[in-house]
Order: sequence, then C-alpha cells, then structure tokens
Amino acid sequence: MAQGPGQAASDPGDSPAPLTLKAGVCRLAGDWSVQTLAARGEIRARRRALDAAQANAGLRWDLTGVRRLDAVGAHLLWRAWGARLPERVRLHAAQRDIFASLARMSIEPPRPAPRDPLAWLAKLGAGVLDGAQHGRALLLLLGQLVLDAATVLARPRLAPWREISAQVYHTGAQALGITALVGFLIGIVLSYLSAQQLQVFGAGQFIVTLLGVSIVRELGPVLAAILVAGRSGSAITAQIGVMRVTEELDAMRVMGLSLGQRLILPRVAALALAMPLLVLWTDAMALAGGMLAAYAQLGLTPSWFLQQLPDAITINNYWITLGKGLAFGVLVALVACHFGLRIEPNTESLGRGTTASVVTSITGVILVDALFAIIFSQVGI
Amino acid sequence: MARAQHSLFDEGDVALRPAICVRGLKTAFGSHVVHENLDLTVWPGEILALVGGSGTGKTVLLRQMIGLAQPAAGQVEVLGVPAHGGTPAQRRSLARRQGMLFQAGALFSALTVFDNVALPLRELRTIPEDLVCEVVMTRLALVGLGASDAAKMPADLSGGMIKRVALARALSLDPELLFLDEPTAGLDPQRSDEFVDLVRSLHRQLGFTVVMVTHDLDTLVELATRVAVLADKRVIVCDELSEVVRVDHPFIRTFFLGPRGQRALGDLAPKERTAYGKP
Repeated sequence: MAQGPGQAASDPGDSPAPLTLKAGVCRLAGDWSVQTLAARGEIRARRRALDAAQANAGLRWDLTGVRRLDAVGAHLLWRAWGARLPERVRLHAAQRDIFASLARMSIEPPRPAPRDPLAWLAKLGAGVLDGAQHGRALLLLLGQLVLDAATVLARPRLAPWREISAQVYHTGAQALGITALVGFLIGIVLSYLSAQQLQVFGAGQFIVTLLGVSIVRELGPVLAAILVAGRSGSAITAQIGVMRVTEELDAMRVMGLSLGQRLILPRVAALALAMPLLVLWTDAMALAGGMLAAYAQLGLTPSWFLQQLPDAITINNYWITLGKGLAFGVLVALVACHFGLRIEPNTESLGRGTTASVVTSITGVILVDALFAIIFSQVGI
Repeated sequence: MARAQHSLFDEGDVALRPAICVRGLKTAFGSHVVHENLDLTVWPGEILALVGGSGTGKTVLLRQMIGLAQPAAGQVEVLGVPAHGGTPAQRRSLARRQGMLFQAGALFSALTVFDNVALPLRELRTIPEDLVCEVVMTRLALVGLGASDAAKMPADLSGGMIKRVALARALSLDPELLFLDEPTAGLDPQRSDEFVDLVRSLHRQLGFTVVMVTHDLDTLVELATRVAVLADKRVIVCDELSEVVRVDHPFIRTFFLGPRGQRALGDLAPKERTAYGKP
C-alpha cells in the first residue's frame, strides 16, 4: 500500500495526501494547481509517485477528491498518462472539459529554425550591402544639404536663424566645460610622458614643439570631435528619432515644412560653426595643461613656454586645426541626422540607433583624420 | 446633398468637382499588395469615414491622400492638384489648404501649445504677430481651451487636450480639407462625445471636407455622411451608412452587424440586404 508523497496543501489543518494508491484505485486529492506545485521538489515527488502508480496494470483513477486543478496540474497528469485519458477514470465535468481541451490542442514545441552552415557568409554580405546603403543615404543627405544651404543663402530671410542659434548653444556653448576638462587633463598627461623621454636626451626644451604640433594638428581636433560626437551626436539622433516615432516629422511634412531646411541644416550649420571654435578651445586647454606639467617636470617657466609657442606652431597648423574642426563637425552632424531619420518606433531601435550614430561618427572622424594625414604628408604641409 | 455614386466624376461642372479623386491606386510593400485598382471620390463638404479590417491599409490610404506616401501605381488628385509629383509651388499651396490630425496628436514637443497652433500661420511669414496672436486664441477658444492652457507644453497635457490642440493646429489656416486618423482613439466616452460635437459644430460653421479613419462605430454613426469600406484591396462600397449596412459582405456583417454594431446602429440596422456585387 503506497503512501502519497509529502506536504501538498497550503493550510495545515486540511491536507489530504495528493496521491494514494489503494486496492487498484489511484485516488488523487488536494491541490493540483501551480501555487502548490511551485513548492520546491513538489513536481518531482508527484511525478515519481505518478510513474510508480502507472506501473500497475488495469489501474483505475479517481480525481473527484481534487480540490483545485489548473493548467499546470492538468499538463502534469496528461504527460504521465501518455497524452490520453486512462480507460477507467472518474472525473468532474469541469475536469473532463480541461482534459478534452488538452486533447484538442497540439502542444508540440515550435520547431527550431534550421541552422544554415553558411549563415555567417550571408551575414557578412548583408553587412557589406547595408554599409553601402548607409553610404548612399549619407551621400543623398549631403547633396540635399548643399541644395538647402544654397536656397537659404539665396534668401536669408527664410533661414532658420533661431534654430541655428539654439543648436550652437546646445552643441557648442554647453560643451565648453567638458572639452576644457578633458583637454586640460590630456595635455598634462601627454606633457608628462613626453617630458620623461626628452629628459633622457637632455632635450627638454623640444617639449614645446612636440606638444604644440601634436595637440594642434591631431589631438585637439580628434578629442573635441569624439566628445562632441558622444554628447551632441547621440542627442541629435535621439531627438530626431523620437520625432519620427511621435509622427512630428510627418506633421512637419504635412504642413509643408522642409525637413532638410528646418531640421538638418540648422544642426549641421551649428556644428560647422561651433566645432572649429571648440577645437581651438580644446587646443588652448590642452596646451595650458601641457605647460603646467612641463613646468612641474622640467622646470620650464610658463612665460618661456608661451614665448616659444608661436615659433613651434606654424600658421599651417592653425588652419589645419580649424579645417579639421569644420570637417569633423559636419561629419558628426550628418551622421547623427542620418541615423535619427532611420529610427523605428521601438525602444530597441532607439538604443541601437544612438549607439550606431556615436560609433559611426567616431570611426568616421578617425578615418577622415587618417585621410587628412595622408593628404598633408603628400602635399608636404 | 445628392447621394453620390462612387465612380462618377463630372468633368464639366466646377461646382461638383471632387475634393479628392483616387483612381486605379496600387499600394505594395515589397511583394505584399495592399491596394489594387482602388477608386475613391470624396466630394466637397462631406464627412467621409474610412473603415476596414486590420491590415487593409486605411492609414496607408490616408497617408497617400495627404502626400506622405507614394503609391506604386495610380493617381491621387487632391483639390484639383496632384498629391505627388506636382511642382513645389503646388505642394506648398496644397499644404496650406489641408490639415491633418494624427492619431497621437503629433504636437511639436519643443513648442508650447500657443506656438504649436501659431506655427502654420507664422510659416506664411506675411502675417503680423498681433494678428497671429488673435487668430490663435480664437482657434483655441473654438476647441474649448483658454489663455491658461496656451503656455503649457505638450508633455503637460492630457490625451483629450492633446487632441484638441492638434485639431486647433490642423484648423489654423481654415483648410478646405481635414484628415482625421482615429480621432477618438484613447478618449473616454465623455471626451469622445465632446470631440464629435466639436467636429460637427465646426463642420457646420466652416464647411470643410473631412476624411476620417476610424474604428469607433459611435463616432461613425454620429459624424459620417458617407462611409467607404475597404476590403479585398479596394473600396467595396462608398455610400450613406444606411445603404452600406445593407450590403452583404462578410466584413460588413462582422463590423456593422455584430452585437456592438447593432447597438451603435440602433434603428439604422437593416431589415433586408442587397447582395454584394449588385449595383
């Protein structure tokens, strides 16, 4: 005479054993719902008992003592019975309905998608085609921007001056703090490391040229561009993306407002204006940091440092720094607008779009920088 | 207003010139064809409701009529001007003669309520600011909002207020054509009634043409002068509601004559049916 498995019901006073086997009749009782079955080890114990009971041939089942039977409990029994009702079973009408609907439904798990061994190749190809498509879209955006700029310059009264001014404030003026901080610290670090090396050769005074050229030609523009891409690029993408989702872009189109003129042009123009200035600012801050570290490490006085600077940094480098600032500004703004216009109405897309925007702008900035380096080395600047 | 048959277009009579004329429209997304050979005529001054099951492309059709989407084939003419492929001057003038109320309002979140409603007027660049101010306050009053609401941002508004501001903005330039996309979606019964009354009284006052996409049977019964039913990739019937419910088509049966439909229709529910397909 097998005893049923352990505690089942939640109220201690009234807890019949869930499964009792007596004289060829398996009596199920108590609570067979998910609340009770969720207790630790409960399902395992009941399955064991059910399998042990199934071993008896010609067994009769009696479910009338079951107080509560829900989907989980029913599936448990269904599985144990091999997906059909036993020949001799006593059920309530409601329980019969439950098992009848289980019999009707197919509970096959969904077939996993067949794995293509060459899926990686297809993905690679798709990635390349995707990249080409992005490139094309960016080119179209650039072209439309040029047309819009021409239109606006022809009739300055129509230009979105307030939007441009607001964007200059947000992307430029509000970035002064972070660029100053980062520039200053990078200047200190660079100067400190270079000073150590130069000291070995007793060539400490060349630190001015080293810092001047490297910061003004390379580090200042790239650093400022990366900071602006992370800060303003993601903001622009998110803003335009949300406008797409809330149908504000559609509303603008319906009212006959040109998206290129009212949305994209102000942002690109603002960054084209603000970036060169930010780059100058970052250069200055980095040189200030370098000056400080040089004084601390090499004992070179700031006044001497400042005297040497104009000779160290030729006028070419000045134009290069501004030109790079302009190019990077336009690039970051265009890429941010492009990704913003592609955002779909879901959270996944917004996150992915802003990430892609920042990563693409930073990569683009580095690529363009490398391109400039090649060009300048060929030209001999 | 004369009862209109849906394939008649009187070329000669300017007074009967349709507000919107859609001929042979085909819409496809890749290989999935949504509309094929769709014809629809909207007459001036009427309120046309566009109904159809999910996926029949009601919103797509609305977007094509307003110029936001391009059809794969066919022509759409709005107020005598092609909706796509017209000159920029034509497109600009069309933009001033139509207004759209988007499903979620689509208010510009960076602007106040006042600036939102004033935008279409300010875009004309020829209207002095004091006049703009007066017109905007009138429009807001028309939709039941006051000076205290004018300075609020869209994020501070409730759903009903957003729709009202969006309606005020759509009516800013006194358009001849008004598009409504699910205007009463998400509104409680009282707000829905208020909205319906508002549109009805404005329609009486200003006499614009309305094209609305809606699921809401009560709104339909209250507002629509004609109903166009979208099914089988085209408009299967476009007529007054009492005629539409008599057509025997599976969609019309489930949409209009299910338990909800019967309640909404009241005594418009048909006593006898005309077979679908018969003229």
